Amino acid sequence: MNKEITRQERADALGGMGCKRKRVEDARFTQGKGNYVDDIKLPGMLFGDFVRSPYAHARIKSINTDRAMALDGVVAVLTADDLRPLGLHWMPTLAGDKQMVLADGKVLFQGQEVAYVVAKDRYIAADAVELVDVEYEELPVVVDPFEALKSDTVLREDLVAEDGSLPDGAHGPRKHHNHIFTWEVGEKDATEQVVSDAAVVAEETMYYHRTHPCPLETCGCVASMDKVNGKLTLYGTFQAPHAIRTVVSLISGIEEHNIRVVSPDIGGGFGNKVGAYPGYVCSVVASIVTGVPVKWIEDRMENLMTTAFARDYWMKGKIAATPEGKITGLWCHVTADHGGFDACADPTKFPAGFMNICTGSYDIPTAYLAVDGVYTNKAPGGVSYRCSFRVTEAVYFIERMIEVLAIELNMDAAELRRINFIKKDQFPYQSALGWEYDSGDYHTAWDKALKAVDYEGLRAEQAQRVEDFKAGKTRKLMGIGLTHFTEIVGAGPVKNCDILGLGMFDSCEIRIHPTGSAIARLGTISQGQGHATTFAQILATEIGLPADNITIEEGDTDTAPYGLGTYGSRSTPVAGAATAMAGRKIRAKAQMIAAYLLEVHDDDVEFDVDRFVVKGAPEKFKTMKEIAFAAYNQAIPGIEPGLEAVSYYDPPNMTYPFGAYICVMDIDVDTGVTDIRRFYALDDCGTRINPMIIEGQVHGGLTEALAVALGQEIAYDDMGNVKTGTLMDFFLPTAWEVPNYETDHTVTPSPHHPIGAKGVGESPHVGGVPCFSNAVNDAFRAFGLRHTHMPHDHWRIWKTANELGLHG
Amino acid sequence: MIPGAFEYHRPKDMEGVLAVLQEHGDDARVIAGGHSLIPMMKLRMADIPHLIDLQDVQGLNSITVGDTITIGAMVTQHHIIENHALASAAPIMREASLQIADPQVRYMGTVGGNVANGDPGNDMPGLMQCLDATFTLVGPDGEREVAARDFYEAAYMTDREDEEVLTQVRFDKPQGGFAYEKQKRKIGDYATAAAAVQIVKDGDTCASASIAMTNLSDTPIYSEDAGAALAGTTVDDTAIEAAVAAMLGDIDPTEDNRGPIEFKRHAAAVILRRAIARAWSRA
Repeated sequence: MNKEITRQERADALGGMGCKRKRVEDARFTQGKGNYVDDIKLPGMLFGDFVRSPYAHARIKSINTDRAMALDGVVAVLTADDLRPLGLHWMPTLAGDKQMVLADGKVLFQGQEVAYVVAKDRYIAADAVELVDVEYEELPVVVDPFEALKSDTVLREDLVAEDGSLPDGAHGPRKHHNHIFTWEVGEKDATEQVVSDAAVVAEETMYYHRTHPCPLETCGCVASMDKVNGKLTLYGTFQAPHAIRTVVSLISGIEEHNIRVVSPDIGGGFGNKVGAYPGYVCSVVASIVTGVPVKWIEDRMENLMTTAFARDYWMKGKIAATPEGKITGLWCHVTADHGGFDACADPTKFPAGFMNICTGSYDIPTAYLAVDGVYTNKAPGGVSYRCSFRVTEAVYFIERMIEVLAIELNMDAAELRRINFIKKDQFPYQSALGWEYDSGDYHTAWDKALKAVDYEGLRAEQAQRVEDFKAGKTRKLMGIGLTHFTEIVGAGPVKNCDILGLGMFDSCEIRIHPTGSAIARLGTISQGQGHATTFAQILATEIGLPADNITIEEGDTDTAPYGLGTYGSRSTPVAGAATAMAGRKIRAKAQMIAAYLLEVHDDDVEFDVDRFVVKGAPEKFKTMKEIAFAAYNQAIPGIEPGLEAVSYYDPPNMTYPFGAYICVMDIDVDTGVTDIRRFYALDDCGTRINPMIIEGQVHGGLTEALAVALGQEIAYDDMGNVKTGTLMDFFLPTAWEVPNYETDHTVTPSPHHPIGAKGVGESPHVGGVPCFSNAVNDAFRAFGLRHTHMPHDHWRIWKTANELGLHG
Repeated sequence: MIPGAFEYHRPKDMEGVLAVLQEHGDDARVIAGGHSLIPMMKLRMADIPHLIDLQDVQGLNSITVGDTITIGAMVTQHHIIENHALASAAPIMREASLQIADPQVRYMGTVGGNVANGDPGNDMPGLMQCLDATFTLVGPDGEREVAARDFYEAAYMTDREDEEVLTQVRFDKPQGGFAYEKQKRKIGDYATAAAAVQIVKDGDTCASASIAMTNLSDTPIYSEDAGAALAGTTVDDTAIEAAVAAMLGDIDPTEDNRGPIEFKRHAAAVILRRAIARAWSRA
């Protein structure tokens, strides 16, 4: 047996980076042995439930809780008046605004929390909700953000001074009482000059509809105040448990060391579980008041109607180009509907998240972006649904604008992309809107994708289909959806990324046990991403112990190091980097121990897969397992016993994953039914830690993209009633609606990340939505369509076809 | 999604069921698969103080197939799909059942619940009208029969009295070609438009045709005129368009998240054309 094979075998035995390690979480998840918040049952636990507003905008004239309190088993009914003495009737939002915990004199959206009932069982709580008598006086409802900016109706009296003037908001001056902020990036005058001078300009307005992350598990918590020792334990569906601990401490006045926040198993988050909700505050207060644990779990309708939505962006764009198709400028204005409170979850300095990544994969010399945030009578939110801070919106915008420009130029959209891509040798690339793209090789990915699907063949087939359609031989059109996306993930560098003043670093703490196994704790929290699998793989490679012998633990603030949590594809870019760095600290100490044991100088040993070997004498070595034991049983001069390390990683830059997606879709013009014949997804997420988990993430992200593009929306009527409050009308695809996905990849490592990884969980969603949408739009291009809004459900596609005169 | 309190009754026989119904009147409801009733209770849109589970009542689970076909009220859609004799004698039953919800729902959802609840979204009522089925109702005064085509009055309003239980459906073995065509947004959804069609062919012409539509009015719509428009024709384009026009005269869809009225009428026409074409090709 030669040496090289042996070494490979040793590496394989570790189950480290690059292998398709099976998810260690799945044994419990697939056997119903997960431990979710609703599985937590504490002695004497009470149950909370909300009285919610049936109106979208109303003054509250009175709340009478007498009948509810008279019901046997009801312990308390909290209203804003009960929370006011504690200063908890309002709470700060992540966006610098404040939000009512319980309705304080009025309600601003349907489903808003009005009173919180606490009862001995869940059923009594629900019965008592019906017995709380609330007298409302309806107010004019504003559901359209453009109307809101013209309306005399004041939604937020609390943000208007007594003399009628408008104090500045968290992000500067406000133009109208329903206006939240204006955020500008880039060069306005220069961009408008480029646009006005350009040979070709394409303009389009596109609505990225309001939708909702729809995790299988809804939001909830169990608050348990121990009045004897003064400690509060809060179990909950938190994507950022440490941040929740700090927020709870700041708003409740409980010292942070007396608060323990635990995120147990979480059944999906997708941004829905980043923010703080009234249910958490009320449950904490109720537990403090009653002295016993209080559980609150929202139901599906409450989840869809009240906890954080995503998107709701009206995006107006102008893209300028030369007659040959070289893009010279990009102008974008967004009217952002934030609902009744600005509860967006974005880094503090970015009120529209990273919308300024909207120059996409293209070398656009001049650009300008302005975003106006607006209050309306809709639920608050504006979270990043399976994306990094508004990146989905940005990528949708640029990928639609490219298609519209291709129409304007009468050019092939694939070729238009190709001639405008940032070139490989331009990285690190400074974008016109302020980002430094770390690495990329877009041309290689694009050409590989086009070749894989036989792009030219598809276009020829499509042309024939159009001829057949015109000749009456078929009623089905064919659309080819193209997307080349660039994400910006891994928030982020503390110098410009914080949430509520907390820098967006992340952390890992490792303890090696004497027998050569280990536990690593992180500041992140898996919601299905498989952290216990992949982070152990990173460590296996870094410290040379088998992944199977490494426990990964997250989510308990009493034990895990401080971190900002899991969202925006930040776990691998930030906590994954911390893991590698902490592993390298372990290795550094192990090197000293090995040198001592081998009786050579530290510099004379080197790491080799699972051991340190004497340089030039590989037969002399100490395995990491041996070194671990020595760390605990030998007195080594100058070296402390034990083998532990902690790393707090402040990333120097974001990471910029990218990908090339192509969708082939058949559309029944008569029914509006779509059939996705083919979907090819090439992802470049840098170094690949676990190809199987990547593939799973791509499948899941594409499926959520399909949902959003083809039907998933939160729709309101003119009275502010939610029309899509159940899964009957809120589109969640089943296996039946999901096509077969073909996945592929290139590897362009991040130059600044310790292991070169960029993150992948959100890429397929970010890239998938415009790809599906472009396919629908492309199908009708030959008949004069420039743009039609999502969601592309049956009747809207039918309407598009109808307006193009395709129904005879 | 937490229902109000209710008493749960589980009688062993129909006398027991009727006794509870008589005692409590419209405060009592029978439950079969529960797929319509339980969501309504959880949404507190239905307040049912007395719930009578039919699971233990004997004699509601059988399918008999001959010149006449009878199906007990507690027969599930899954049973229909699995019953080879029924699939052979009345293949439209299997074709339609396979388009109802998903396998998990079909294990629970029953024929009786589907036809008796009067939900305009349910598929079986239109299908029963197409097949000219007869429903058996049992009440304190004994049994009576009602034609499916006369049973539905408005959404959730039927000819069934509060103290009656629908125990079985019966129809003659269908003749000729068949089709159940349904457009829906996803698996598990109610129809945007659905059509049940049976066509009897005599030589090259259509001897008779029966057409019923689902979820396009507040009741299922049996369109006698649409069927008549095909009878005596060769089911050419002219005849099909006449049938479609007749059907459009009978339906009265409302706007919902599936689309505006104009779209639903368009979809109804498309679906019926396709159903007729498929049924004719099988006739």
